[in-house]
Amino acid sequence: MKSLEELKAIKAKMQDKVVLRKSSGDIRIVVGMATCGIAAGARPVLNAFVEGITEAGLGESVIVTQTGCIGICQYEPVVEVYTKDAEKVTYVKMTAEKAKEVIEKHIKGGKAIAEYTVTGLK
Amino acid sequence: MIRSHVLICGGTGCSSSGSVKLSEKLAEELKAKGLDEEVKIVMTGCFGLCALGPIMIVYPEGTFYSRVTVDDIPEIVSEHLEKGRIVERLVYNDTGDKTETAEPASLSETTFYKKQHRVALRNCGVINPENIEEYIAMDGYFALHKVLTEMTPDDVIQTILDSGLRGRGGGGFPTGLKWKFASNNRGEVKKYVACNADEGDPGAFMDRSILEGDPHALIEAMAIAAYAIGADEGYVYVRAEYPIAVKRLSIAIDQAREAGLLGEDIFGTGFNFDMHIRLGAGAFVCGEETALMTSIEGNRGEPRPRPPFPAVKGLFGQPTVLNNVETYANIPQIILKGADWFKSMGTEKSKGTKVFALGGKITNTGLVEVPMGTTLREVIEEIGGGIPNGKKFKAAQTGGPSGGCIPAHLIDTPIDYDNLLAIGSMMGSGGLIVMDEDNCMVDIAKFFLEFTVDESCGKCTPCRVGTRRLLEILDKIISGNGEMEDLDRMEELCNYIKSASLCGLGQTAPNPVISTLRYFRDEYIAHIVDKKCPAGVCKKLVQFVIDPEKCIGCGKCAKNCPAECITRTDYIAPGHKLASFQIDTKKCVKCGACMTNCKFNAISKQ
Repeated sequence: MKSLEELKAIKAKMQDKVVLRKSSGDIRIVVGMATCGIAAGARPVLNAFVEGITEAGLGESVIVTQTGCIGICQYEPVVEVYTKDAEKVTYVKMTAEKAKEVIEKHIKGGKAIAEYTVTGLK
Repeated sequence: MIRSHVLICGGTGCSSSGSVKLSEKLAEELKAKGLDEEVKIVMTGCFGLCALGPIMIVYPEGTFYSRVTVDDIPEIVSEHLEKGRIVERLVYNDTGDKTETAEPASLSETTFYKKQHRVALRNCGVINPENIEEYIAMDGYFALHKVLTEMTPDDVIQTILDSGLRGRGGGGFPTGLKWKFASNNRGEVKKYVACNADEGDPGAFMDRSILEGDPHALIEAMAIAAYAIGADEGYVYVRAEYPIAVKRLSIAIDQAREAGLLGEDIFGTGFNFDMHIRLGAGAFVCGEETALMTSIEGNRGEPRPRPPFPAVKGLFGQPTVLNNVETYANIPQIILKGADWFKSMGTEKSKGTKVFALGGKITNTGLVEVPMGTTLREVIEEIGGGIPNGKKFKAAQTGGPSGGCIPAHLIDTPIDYDNLLAIGSMMGSGGLIVMDEDNCMVDIAKFFLEFTVDESCGKCTPCRVGTRRLLEILDKIISGNGEMEDLDRMEELCNYIKSASLCGLGQTAPNPVISTLRYFRDEYIAHIVDKKCPAGVCKKLVQFVIDPEKCIGCGKCAKNCPAECITRTDYIAPGHKLASFQIDTKKCVKCGACMTNCKFNAISKQ
């Protein structure tokens, strides 16, 4: 260890790994992971969110977590996004691609994607 | 891609309640479910809530599971880690608000953690202590870099002086002042920094938890101290009875050496520092600074007169700074956040926080860290969860065998060095033993005195012989042969021992007797004059009595009496069919077997 840069490099490298334990949770992305969700392909969606949030360096404020069955099994995989001020947004029939889009437009951009929600489907 | 961290406590408390097996089973289950790429298991140091161990926290949710067994693991994996359904029955959810249901509270909102403020323990239960990179991720070694590149040694000492940090090992001497005394002639004479991790008070485990949970903090702090006084070598004196602490500290030292954070030319600044571990064999006196240094030098652990103080002539006859583990654990934080930040916590003369090991008659036994000036009531009733079984608080013992008892009417005293001294106790290293109405204070005094009698090194006669005589008088009182003059005799003896012993052990050994005499004199008098032990603890003064009105004459007590001293009388109480029993108190051995076997609560202790 010869310089502050080396120390900072290790800190930055580890940041992704320990950030899970100190996230503020201002935004919560909850993926429905009951049997119905898993069967409909919720796992790739969950992984896409985890990877996307980490890559975007948003771990300090965003928590990606799972929940059980929400009760609309025909629309699985279901993902709910809770933000501090706005109402909760429920996305349905999610895929890994849609997840990336949600991170870009909703989490970063602050604008929910209407066509991916229940009302958007109809 | 890791999406969840499962933190399992690997401190001594949880390890002994099975956390290692838990982690093995969890790894097995995760692999079986194919989740081992998504969920990471981290063994950490102590979370503090040892009473509820083994403890497990699942992130990112921060779900706090307590008393987890190996059989619970499959459910946690398939429900929580796979499907995201929190296993409610295992969640610790004591927010003090009993009306609240289901919603698992964030850990920091529970009554146990709400009033705590973690500085020395900040990484305990958060990082993996065996991984230097996790420590660095929590700003580890940034303080060392800061002092080596931006501060002069005198700046460092001034910062510590300004912060008001006082020694956490017992005496409460200002740390900055200690460093200043040792800082003369930098670069001209060989100097040492040393750490006292010989935590010997019964029931105290603050230092152990820091060593187990955040060993790198100690290494960083000792390096900072070495830079400040101009030393290049350090020793940690730790008890051999702390195997996990020793192992993790050894790993940490190796990792720091490998990373170039110990050794030569640290951060390319030309500063050299390396350190060694010395194992203590468990003698209490070796927690006294001069005895500790004598022991490190390879000699029999006996204290030596001061002055010369260690700052002038310490380890191997060279100037030495010796601090306790918890004191060191505060240093990197003070350097990074500044003296003013540290000064903002605590009371006028006691700054910062203090870690306490809660033990005895209290619901949440464990480790807590609170700002100085927090009242005893907050620690015991709120954080500690009060006294179990609806019993009444009687006293708290602080400072271990060197400290004293704080009676119930002083429970609102803000805890700091000076307040505790004023009421006849002391901060000590931070053991806090809670006693309820079932504890006999004479018996407590005897317990602590027995400890010091055993642990006196024998060098000074007042301590070696005086404590023994004191114990004999206590024994006499407890067995019902005490006289009122004994109380004066004890007080006189206590003063001799205090004033004529060389080291802290002898000087403080009479404290448990002095403080119980001061606050619980009536209990001593009850033992001497009434020949009774009000708490029913001292066996020789207790009498077991059968209430003839309640006794139905079943005879179960007589059958279970090993001394055959229970016989049937002629008396049949109204409403009963058989004659009642009675105890011959002269033959009774006071084992209590009759009382435990009586289903009708007819037998009582008097």
